[in-house]
Amino acid sequence: MSDVATAPVVRVENLCLSLNTGEPVVEDVSFSVGAGEILGLVGESGSGKTTTALALLGYTRTGVNVRSGVIEVGGQSIIGRDAKSLRSVRGKVVSYVPQDPGGALNPSMRVGDSIMDVLRAHRTATASDESVQAALSRVELGTDARFGERYPHQLSGGQQQRVTIAMACVCEPPVAVLDEPTTGLDVLTQDRILTELARLRDEDGMAMVYVSHDLAVVAKMADRIVVMYAGRVVENGPAADVIERPKHPYTRALVAAIPDFRHPRALQGIPGVSVGVGEWPAGCAFAPRCEHQEDRCCGGVPALEQATDAHAVRCVRWEELTLGEPRPEGARVAAVATTDDALLEVSGLHVQYRHGSRAAVDDVSFSIPQGRCVALVGESGSGKTTVGRCIAGLHEPTSGRIVFDGQELAGSARRRSLDQRRRIQIVFQNPFESLNPRHRVSSSIERPLRVLRRLSRGDADREVGELLDRVRLPRRVAERFPIELSGGERQRVAIARALAAKPDLLVCDEVTSALDVSVQAAVLELLSELQRDLRLSMLFITHNLGVVACIGDSVLVMDQGTLRESGPCAQVLAAPVDDYTRRLLSAAPRLPDAAVS
Amino acid sequence: MTGRLRFARTFSGALGLTIVFVVVFVALLGNYFAPHDPTAPVGVPLAGPSGGAWLGTDVLGRDVFSRLLYGGRSVIGLALVATLLAYVIGLTIGLIAGYTRSKADPILMRTVDVMLAFPPLLFLLVLITGAGTGTAVLVIGVAAIQAPGISRIVRTATLEISVRGYVEAAVARGERSIAVVVREVLPNILAPVLVDAGLRFTYSILIIASVNFLGLGLQPPNSDWALMISENRQYINLNVWAVLAPAAMIALLTIGINLTGDAIARSLGRSYVPKATQTVPTA
Amino acid sequence: MTTTTAERGVGAREFSPVLRFLGRRIVGAILALFVASIVIFAGTVLLPGDAASVVLGRNATPENVAKLNAQMGLDKPAYQEYIDWVTGLVHGDLGDSAVGLAQGEKSAPIWDLISDPVKNSLILAAIAALFMIPLSLGLGAIAAVYAGKPVDHVISLGSLAAIALPEFVIGSLLIGVFFVGLDWLPPVAIVPPGGDPLSDPSKLVLPVATLLLASLAAGIRMVRAGMIEVLQAEYVQTARLNGLAEKRVLVRYAMRNALAPSVQVLAQNLQWLIGGIIITETVFAYPGIGSNLVTAVGNRDVTLVQSVAMLIAVVYVMLNLVADLIVLLLVPKLREPA
Repeated sequence: MSDVATAPVVRVENLCLSLNTGEPVVEDVSFSVGAGEILGLVGESGSGKTTTALALLGYTRTGVNVRSGVIEVGGQSIIGRDAKSLRSVRGKVVSYVPQDPGGALNPSMRVGDSIMDVLRAHRTATASDESVQAALSRVELGTDARFGERYPHQLSGGQQQRVTIAMACVCEPPVAVLDEPTTGLDVLTQDRILTELARLRDEDGMAMVYVSHDLAVVAKMADRIVVMYAGRVVENGPAADVIERPKHPYTRALVAAIPDFRHPRALQGIPGVSVGVGEWPAGCAFAPRCEHQEDRCCGGVPALEQATDAHAVRCVRWEELTLGEPRPEGARVAAVATTDDALLEVSGLHVQYRHGSRAAVDDVSFSIPQGRCVALVGESGSGKTTVGRCIAGLHEPTSGRIVFDGQELAGSARRRSLDQRRRIQIVFQNPFESLNPRHRVSSSIERPLRVLRRLSRGDADREVGELLDRVRLPRRVAERFPIELSGGERQRVAIARALAAKPDLLVCDEVTSALDVSVQAAVLELLSELQRDLRLSMLFITHNLGVVACIGDSVLVMDQGTLRESGPCAQVLAAPVDDYTRRLLSAAPRLPDAAVS
Repeated sequence: MTGRLRFARTFSGALGLTIVFVVVFVALLGNYFAPHDPTAPVGVPLAGPSGGAWLGTDVLGRDVFSRLLYGGRSVIGLALVATLLAYVIGLTIGLIAGYTRSKADPILMRTVDVMLAFPPLLFLLVLITGAGTGTAVLVIGVAAIQAPGISRIVRTATLEISVRGYVEAAVARGERSIAVVVREVLPNILAPVLVDAGLRFTYSILIIASVNFLGLGLQPPNSDWALMISENRQYINLNVWAVLAPAAMIALLTIGINLTGDAIARSLGRSYVPKATQTVPTA
Repeated sequence: MTTTTAERGVGAREFSPVLRFLGRRIVGAILALFVASIVIFAGTVLLPGDAASVVLGRNATPENVAKLNAQMGLDKPAYQEYIDWVTGLVHGDLGDSAVGLAQGEKSAPIWDLISDPVKNSLILAAIAALFMIPLSLGLGAIAAVYAGKPVDHVISLGSLAAIALPEFVIGSLLIGVFFVGLDWLPPVAIVPPGGDPLSDPSKLVLPVATLLLASLAAGIRMVRAGMIEVLQAEYVQTARLNGLAEKRVLVRYAMRNALAPSVQVLAQNLQWLIGGIIITETVFAYPGIGSNLVTAVGNRDVTLVQSVAMLIAVVYVMLNLVADLIVLLLVPKLREPA
């Protein structure tokens, strides 16, 4: 961690951005970044973090403009420049690393030429093949002398991202803005890219503004952290301080919501929904969801106060709230198993890809005991989703047996008995696609009641209400259409729909992966509770090891279609036997111990 | 939902709808207002507008205005029937192909590609050579021309919707395929299909009018607008209205449909553009 | 996988997939022509309606009908006729005109009848295409780059209106304005047999304008849509954020990637152009293959229709093939082994 000795490389003061129609998008944002410092800009959807970060490049998306404030990068002002002068700054004074590297590279240009383009735009004199090669070497792509001749589609995700990082570094700008650069990458690749970025910071002294929703990743990388909520900065301080001794209730709740596989504990979600643009309440934006809120929180927007020299917080009650107290360290309450019999037994499951030599699932065998939750963990392409779909009857395996409650299951759901279809239910990952947009919520939940349990209209209506209660949604949601609900609310409806059938086995396919961290925790909380109360067996598919620890009794680790390791959660996560599991565990981003204990 | 008729409130949408309504009114009900029998001569051929013939007379001395009021039904009616028939065929094939994704799908799509590669007007002319002129040939021919394109759009939309969670949930419940397609898939493919419908209907009108114009569709003494143009165009310098009036009606109709279709498309967040037949995937 | 192909170098990497792609396309083209031939044959011959009687008209005595049937080969079983016809085509023999035969001539080779019209149509189409390609690309690109601004509104609304008008309406309206109203241009484009259509260019102005206006509209809209999609792509955005000059971004990042879909758009447009020739030639009495076809259909000249239709189908398929080839050159990803 470097010290901020000289003038800051980035200086943002009282930045305000708003829509053309007047609604504020970002308000009163101030922070600074010193040379060689990494600033983590953290927030969830609607926080305005990406909008703020892009403003550092002089970019606002259509319909948004800068209302007031100061942005200075490398001593030069950014606001108010015309297109031409902006171009002279972008890439040379402040550069950009995008979220999706595959989409960010010109598909019809060789990667070397793409880098050359950036060079030529700013340093025409020194632009040469050698400098391109040097740039590639800087990101560890220099071993192959002809790497630059490749097209983007010939590179892996990690390689593509390194190329975009090379483009961002080639003109040696003092600061780079990185917009969730590792979100689309698998854990092992993400770890390597993060190491890369840390090295660039250490060796070249490049400052970075790292935007992310993943506090664990930011904790690993950043020197300072700025937490944003509903367009405003709510906390700003040294990384270790903010995470280990958070002063704002939101930051604290965020930290409490992040699952950590080394310290499995009951996660606490944040009730309510995050506010979108135009919906900002009169007082503190977080007050409606805050467990410490009082009347004076809603009076006016709290000012940003300095708790210490380096640490600022926007909360009227920050001094009173002893937020450093140890949080209830509840170990995960394991479900009470009814028997130890296996409810589901999978043997020799094999699924071949339609085109290709590789098997999507290669000879996988495991069992799910009654009333227990089995977590299935792996990266994308590991075959975990395929296993879940086979169990649900959505995918016919090439070979292998699935035995449910003593009876062998047919490959496709249509050929299974009504009872079998009813007792196995699945919840999908994408909340925006799991409900029919043309049907009201009541209609979607009712369907299994009518089809699988043959309930009458009246009985079904009654039960819809009860199911909504169970997933902690207000009953009036029944008359809404999915488009009126948030992602978290839609997932709860999807869970209610699955529960409507009174299943014995619930397959959850990455059900929280598309949700904000705070919402994720709430949904996981709900699923844990349901599993305990209803004695449900669960197959919980995820790529997040922390989630595994919080919800699973036992865990299965898959890689490229094969089952690498299985066993009780505590055991596998603490002392893995398989090499792949070990690599996965060491690469997984996690909060520092001090934050969690 | 409230937003369904949003497009009608935009300027182009409202304008388009108005134009379409007016033209359809004239076409379907205009004949009740016709002052003369459309097939009976009322004066000197190719005379200019006068008290008895507001738009003058045509090449056989018939009242242009009356013929105008009778002349829309054929084109709109035939185009409507042909397009509806095409949709019935295209929707069925497209839904089945997109939902079942059977092994026959690539063959089906290659066939569709081949059919789409054939010049439509040429196809109609070939059919007419074999079967003669007549309304049945026109309707079946136009339906055969439109159906492959419709099935392709429906198939693409169905493919996309079939992998959504709510469709898979229905499949996992063991619901019958027909139930899943009708209940879950069909209501959600309406958007792209609707956007395409405007251009398709316009095209049906245009191609039927073209065939009529060539004298290979409806025959005289039918007062079809396209026929009026072909009959009177050689004498356009004597009575320009005999050509201009029916031409304006056709133009208004199709422009109105396109304006409405464009407004609908934009309200659905899509673009109202004819699709290029892409046999090669782009990067 | 990717390391080795890159090491082998550019040439080796692009060799076999290109040939394989080409091979598949050619097979596809032949298949398409095969299906087209069946459709054409079935359409003209297998449908109800006694072609021979219609062709003969008033002279349709049983002996004449039988004689014409024999001459046209209509007395043989259908598949035999088909094979004879296709073999003839492949050897370049387009057969004899049914009407010609009916009029008592011993042979009326179709090629002699249509060689002039084919030349005339090619000239008309070529001139129209020459204007259409740059106008389509240019106006579409301008509309896309200035999307939402007045220029775009004018171009978009104009094309929305023009796309609705059939060629005969456009042609008739143009004649109304430029002949009846202004007397600047002739209403017909008659060229004497064997004559050179280029000898009096003023005759060609209205037909070309009609063709252009009819097919330009669709092309502009499709080019515009394709380019807008590219302009909103992430890599264009990223290039701008890297500080590249706007001209470079527009040309090398946006337009370059919009070329491939534009080529396909243009190919389809040229196909529509060819279709529009049929109507336009009729409107202006231009002696091209289109107006000949219409006359032949009217006369139920089965064999002439078959051969001309096949010719047009071949041109259509060729256009697609050439377009696919150009796209292959433009899109690097397609040159990869699958």
